[in-house]
Amino acid sequence: MTFSSPLDVERIRKDFPVLERVLPDGSPLVYLDSANTSQKPRQVIEAIADYYGQHNANVARAMHMLGQESTELFEGARDKIAAFIGAPSREEVVFTKNSSEALNLVANVLAWADQPHGLRPGDEVVITEMEHHSNIVPWQMVTQRTGATLRWLTVDDEGRLDLSQLDSIINERTKVVSLVHVSNALGTLNPVELVAERAHQVGALVVVDASQSVPQLPVDVSRLGADFVAFTGHKMCGPTGIGVLWGRYDLLASLPPFLGGGEMIEVVEMTGSTYAAPPHRFEAGTPPIAQAVGLGAAVDYLSAVGMDVVAAHEHAITAYALERLAEVDGVRVVGPSTAQQRGGAISLVVEGVHPHDVSQVLDSRGVAVRAGHHCARPVCQRFGVAATTRASFYLYTAPQEVDALIDGLHEVRRFFGVAS
Amino acid sequence: MNLDSLYEEIILDHYRHPHHKGLRDPFDAEVHHVNPTCGDEVTLRVRVGGSNGQGVIEDVSYDTLGCAISQASVSVMADLVMGKPLDEATKAYDEFLSLMQSKGQLEPDEGVLEDAVAFAGVSKFPARIKCALLGWMAWKDATARALAARETPRTNEETA
Repeated sequence: MTFSSPLDVERIRKDFPVLERVLPDGSPLVYLDSANTSQKPRQVIEAIADYYGQHNANVARAMHMLGQESTELFEGARDKIAAFIGAPSREEVVFTKNSSEALNLVANVLAWADQPHGLRPGDEVVITEMEHHSNIVPWQMVTQRTGATLRWLTVDDEGRLDLSQLDSIINERTKVVSLVHVSNALGTLNPVELVAERAHQVGALVVVDASQSVPQLPVDVSRLGADFVAFTGHKMCGPTGIGVLWGRYDLLASLPPFLGGGEMIEVVEMTGSTYAAPPHRFEAGTPPIAQAVGLGAAVDYLSAVGMDVVAAHEHAITAYALERLAEVDGVRVVGPSTAQQRGGAISLVVEGVHPHDVSQVLDSRGVAVRAGHHCARPVCQRFGVAATTRASFYLYTAPQEVDALIDGLHEVRRFFGVAS
Repeated sequence: MNLDSLYEEIILDHYRHPHHKGLRDPFDAEVHHVNPTCGDEVTLRVRVGGSNGQGVIEDVSYDTLGCAISQASVSVMADLVMGKPLDEATKAYDEFLSLMQSKGQLEPDEGVLEDAVAFAGVSKFPARIKCALLGWMAWKDATARALAARETPRTNEETA
């Protein structure tokens, strides 16, 4: 079995302090849960510590020296993120708490919007069967509230979107199409451009959940065909508590606010208020300042490595893992079985052993994976499983860690007596 | 973390050969409980007999989807409570709950818990406590409903 990556993984690993952790018996920690949350390089940890240690002040409201520094750092992070995703304008980058909040923001402001975008009875919203709960539940909530109808594209046995019904599911009644770029549960990389083209033919807006793709792939929002893109900082070497909603400026400018409060206003009178222009219209209250600074540092870190290199490594490690998993009897991959058009999250089922028990045995050997429905229960049901075990990778994942997973899976089968 | 302190031999035995599994009639109440973090599910039925103010757990039957800990726990629980007066079964429930919340600090009372003492190690694995409790919680809920149904005139059966 060969493994070839353009990345010097050993050098990268030195940047991540947590990867030096060892088990009580001295064996190394094998972190294969990066689709859940990524580890943080010291460059990000230091940027956050430096912000709190040297520059902490509220943004945009404080006229003093520290206030000016914190505002520059916070707005500077917006510039970095805009450049990172190819946003035509920095004003199109809205800071949120996470992807879930970004998706809830879009769903709610579209529900409240005037025509042509507002959701009304008879309108349809289209999602897919492989969405994370954060791209299902907000749309269920707003369609129930507005009287619109929720529809979805289904998934085939290989974990790909069934596009044969694209033209009937997305039709002249469709107002919004919201889909995941890379599935967190299956790993599937979806043809967003193709779906977006059909959506735009019928005048629908396109929302993309890019939580798993922006960390792994070079994503250019101006070429994706989306009108809104949501992603989260903590899956891309940044801190928790910061997410991003990118939206086309003309659209953002035409939409009502989400939350009310400080910073999102223009003029407030007791009888009513007018609202700030985007992005601040959608950023009520003191924002996650240190977290934005940390995400800015994460984007600097990933850019210095190069997102094409990160993507090539992800592809190589995924291909290696899929090949090695095929060697283990009684292990079935749920999702695409090859690394083509695929991200680095691999869901698997060990026949006869529940995912909780799989992950417990792996954990006893220092191998950290996720077990459960991965906040994507409908797609688990689609494949007839209540839960799966998921291994996921990132730029610091070494092939030896995949080997540790494979050894661990053999031990799982031995321990529970399902090995032949 | 030592795997054998979690997966005691008794637990693995019950997991491989669960007792009293499969839904049975007659029953007084049926409940369906899920563990939302992992999707584990149990459907559980309880038949309460006895009279003169003292109920007896006549039957517990169930169907489960879940991990070794949750499957073994419901099997051991059914063994333990079936045929017991309600107050003794409730005492076992309380003792098991305390054991799970003990972070490994409690010496379980084998006289009360019997085979369920094997789950003492689970209390050191916070992520697995819910697995061990799934069946017990379902039993408590089903029993409460069965008792409420007994106190309600039969004509209101459909609300039970």
